[in-house]
Amino acid sequence: MAKHDTPLLDQLESGPWPSFVSDLKRQAEIRAKNEEGVEFQIPADSCDDLLGILELSFKHGRTHWKHGGIVGVFGYGGGVIGRYSDQPEMFPGVEAFHTMRVNQPAGKYYNTEYLRSIMKLWDFRGSGVTNMHGSTGDIILLGTTTPQLEEIFYELTHNLNQDLGGSGSNLRTPSDCLGSSRCEYSCYDTQALCHFLTNEYQDELHRPAFPYKFKFKFDGCPNCCVASIARADMSFIGTWKDQIRIDQDAVNKYVEKDPAYPANAGAHKGRDWGPFDIEKEVTDLCPTQCMKWDGKKLHIDDSNCTRCMHCINVMPRALKIGKETGCSILVGAKAPILDGAQMGSLLAPFVPVNPDNDYEEVTEIIESIWDWWMEEGKNRERLGELIMRQGFQKLLEVTGIDPMPQQVEHPRTNPYIFWKEEEVPGGFERDIKEYRKYHQR
Amino acid sequence: MAFISSGYDPNNPMENRITDIGPRNYEDFYPPVIAKNKGKWSHHEILEPGVLVHVADSGDEVYTVRVGGARLMSTSLVNEICDIADKHCDGYVRFTTRNNVEFMVDSKDKLEPLKNELSSRKFDGGSYKFPIGGTGAGVTNIVHTQGWIHCHTPATDASGTVKATMDELFDDFQDMKLPAQLRVSMACCLNMCGAVHCSDIAILGYHRKPPMLDHEYLDKVCEIPLAIASCPTAAVKPAKVKLEDGTEVKSVEVKNERCMYCGNCYTMCPSMPLADTEGDGIVLMAGGKVSNRISHPKFSKVVVAFLPNEMPRWPQMTKAIRQMVDAYSKGANKYERLGEWAERIGWEKFFEVCELDFTHHLIDDFRQQAYNTWRQSSQFKF
Repeated sequence: MAKHDTPLLDQLESGPWPSFVSDLKRQAEIRAKNEEGVEFQIPADSCDDLLGILELSFKHGRTHWKHGGIVGVFGYGGGVIGRYSDQPEMFPGVEAFHTMRVNQPAGKYYNTEYLRSIMKLWDFRGSGVTNMHGSTGDIILLGTTTPQLEEIFYELTHNLNQDLGGSGSNLRTPSDCLGSSRCEYSCYDTQALCHFLTNEYQDELHRPAFPYKFKFKFDGCPNCCVASIARADMSFIGTWKDQIRIDQDAVNKYVEKDPAYPANAGAHKGRDWGPFDIEKEVTDLCPTQCMKWDGKKLHIDDSNCTRCMHCINVMPRALKIGKETGCSILVGAKAPILDGAQMGSLLAPFVPVNPDNDYEEVTEIIESIWDWWMEEGKNRERLGELIMRQGFQKLLEVTGIDPMPQQVEHPRTNPYIFWKEEEVPGGFERDIKEYRKYHQR
Repeated sequence: MAFISSGYDPNNPMENRITDIGPRNYEDFYPPVIAKNKGKWSHHEILEPGVLVHVADSGDEVYTVRVGGARLMSTSLVNEICDIADKHCDGYVRFTTRNNVEFMVDSKDKLEPLKNELSSRKFDGGSYKFPIGGTGAGVTNIVHTQGWIHCHTPATDASGTVKATMDELFDDFQDMKLPAQLRVSMACCLNMCGAVHCSDIAILGYHRKPPMLDHEYLDKVCEIPLAIASCPTAAVKPAKVKLEDGTEVKSVEVKNERCMYCGNCYTMCPSMPLADTEGDGIVLMAGGKVSNRISHPKFSKVVVAFLPNEMPRWPQMTKAIRQMVDAYSKGANKYERLGEWAERIGWEKFFEVCELDFTHHLIDDFRQQAYNTWRQSSQFKF
């Protein structure tokens, strides 16, 4: 028997898409029966009360979670988010219901032994409810009490060799696409770089020393499957400098409609779009018009290619990314709070991604940006906002990166250039008396 | 419920403390076929909706079955995922950025039993536990935020709106008949924990009433200067307020006409709550993307200024989304993303073919950037 009636939530059990309501109800039942004899360290009816409080929100159209609450584990300033119910008498099982962020492995591959051990810990010391995964990338353990926080942290670090992720004004848990582990488009090993930087910057991740949050995201190619360009203060997008590699025989297979060579790797199989037409579907859609099909061979003028990935996506068996690969670094993306949304702006067009020197070219840029932002950033000012306030030119100055036309869509449309005094011969100090000798008042 | 210690000693928190060890090493979790062929993949193909094959230079193949997940998952459901992975995938599984789950096998003959197992599992309420799909030119899973299940600032629920939307778009999750991929995202307030501002279709929770002021407690629980500084439009000012009992307290006042209901003040000061049954609801945005393919990444644009919260299934919201998806599916060229299609036909036509009202709320009036969205041309369509 369910503890609370949930007539509104019950209507979310029907329909084909996985119902979180059905899942929570089953979990509530499993906890109530407790056939495995778990010595629950937080109320056994936490899932019942979670359903109850959610039903109340569905009735009221308002949340019933209180604001914040400063809880955490000793020595860390992030990884735990305090949460308390505003109806503790009605729903005692979720009176304190804190979140723990567990740093996910790069690429989000798991073995079941590890996953089961996390779930076992969470049944024992938490609500048994998770997010797989949170928006930033962590495994989210949703709902436990304050005394359990240190216990969970102890078990994670001692028994599971696992640390917490970031929250607050920290480096947030970095995340990546699956990269070269299973994708032929990947221009660098996203997992290796993500894992390296996560470990390199553990102090920044756990101890808040920044003006506000800071996010890294790693996309292996310009298709941007992890949306780094929209939601990372620094996005690392794979790219290449040399030529797209063409297998002309394979191009012809696409043109001949060989069934083993479906356009766009078969992504459009659900509708009859007519026979594949290389000019209509590839060369005509090239944003720079740098390709030509002469009936036998495909020609690409790589010096005019902007690496948008379209032709490679359409004919993955015939066209491959170049061999001289690295990443472009874009900076300043953020959601609209406060001054409106920003997308990442291109700072460094090509940076080598080199594990042999501990990614020195990458870390140099990161650290010069952090030095500037920590010195100049106001409380709760994201990097993108600091760049807006002090200027892109300042960003180039602090990173030592040369200005280049690749960094802009077009040059400025106003001539209000703030010249530096040293840039103007003779400087700004002048003698008005000398001037007046030749110019009457 | 006896307290059981992990071994942690609260009197000696630093004893044997382990910190800063980071995440587990990804290499421990690669299935053998992935470990062997990493960096040496030749090409891939989507065999059918939700099923991919990746072929390595070595000739090795890995078959992936992608299934949707609700993001909010119980430990028992994750354990069930583990059972399936143990039975079919040598104990390995992965999750995607968009809350899908991927089961991988190293030969084609293992595919059918895995697919059958996944499709056969249903919740008691009738929904699929592991619907196969989410690939290619279709709708993939929705990335979303917490909503009423766990957050203090939401203007709507996340899991509920997502369930209602994915039920509506389920056919397109299990098919690949759209002109290109269609990515739907959901954020339950302006903080946008998910990147909804660059999605083909974005569902956004939005408050419409300025904060209430709990004067009696405000100075006791908040740093007033921080609350003032938090306001992007300088609507929050310091004020002295007389309570009903005559006591004068330090507090703040809010210039209502300057407030854009972002809730930033509430984040800094719990005595300024915004949530309201009638005030809160849904904004729909459309036409954004993050991929650099063909055209540049784009921001989503506001196409429906407000829809009320209609629990439990938000019918006006799902109807408007359906109208957009249908019009896009009918009108766009192959490979064209929703935003590219809208720009090609013109936004004036977008509203016409999607049968959405264009209201004054949709014309930008927020700062300098507004100008860039007005039409500086005599070219337009009647």
